[in-house]
Amino acid sequence: MTTHASFIIGAYSITALVVAGLILRAYVDHRLQQRALAALEARGAGRRSRRG
Amino acid sequence: MIRELANPSRFMAYSGRLLPWLAGAAALALGVGLYMTWFTAPADYQQGETVRIMYLHVPAAWLSLFFYATMAASALGTLVWRHPLADVSQKAAAPIGAAFTFICLVTGSLWGKPMWGTYWQWDARLTSMLVMLLIYLGIMALWRAIEEPSRAARAVSILTLVGAVNVPIVKFSVDWWNTLHQPASVFRLGGPTIHSSMLIPLLVMALGFTLLGVTLHLSGMRTEILRRRVRTLPVLEAGRLGAQAA
Repeated sequence: MTTHASFIIGAYSITALVVAGLILRAYVDHRLQQRALAALEARGAGRRSRRG
Repeated sequence: MIRELANPSRFMAYSGRLLPWLAGAAALALGVGLYMTWFTAPADYQQGETVRIMYLHVPAAWLSLFFYATMAASALGTLVWRHPLADVSQKAAAPIGAAFTFICLVTGSLWGKPMWGTYWQWDARLTSMLVMLLIYLGIMALWRAIEEPSRAARAVSILTLVGAVNVPIVKFSVDWWNTLHQPASVFRLGGPTIHSSMLIPLLVMALGFTLLGVTLHLSGMRTEILRRRVRTLPVLEAGRLGAQAA
């Protein structure tokens, strides 16, 4: 490409990694909280508080 | 609308319907933007192919300021209007804004080395952007330091509003001081100085980054609402059981 290819590829690679990390973190965190909430509700907690 | 969304359950319902569309629009805009960046946008007559870093660097810088402005507005929502979702919005925005600030600094550094001959210069724009990243990290640390969400929200709101002083400094640093960084070339009086063959891909990439950021922000808010339910349900249950026993 050019003599500066490594800078361009580096910039795109780091951006892709950070964006992938943000998406993965959002997905994993959401799943963890969903599971924790489901486990609590399975134990009976929250049925009264979620009537509304 | 904002008052209607004050109910977390209603917010969860609306955002749950909106999120797949936003994510799809972000993927489409980023796909089109990357195609334009690599296949239709020309190389710069001075910078050559290195100008392609601009299509990441500039949208990341805009998103860094956008999410700080979102946090500052949410901080006002927490302190002044006591909107129940304002602190949720603040907390969800911080890591996204920090990530875009980091991307801006790293891509700027990788662009600076071949163009300026250095990865870093302590000039006003670069330094104020680094300060922005440190403020973001400080805000994230403060969220973790105070366990009770409403107390943490008040402390973070004050820090966020104090840190907002840095936003105009970042924006106007290239006008107020003599910097190595070039002045504004898109949002400026007199119109953009970039040719449309580069401006259009840049705007499409900025749209894609914005849609991605908003998708992540909404998703983060939904997760934070779930986290608070997980935190409060055992407390409510213990209170209910205690009342029954008494």
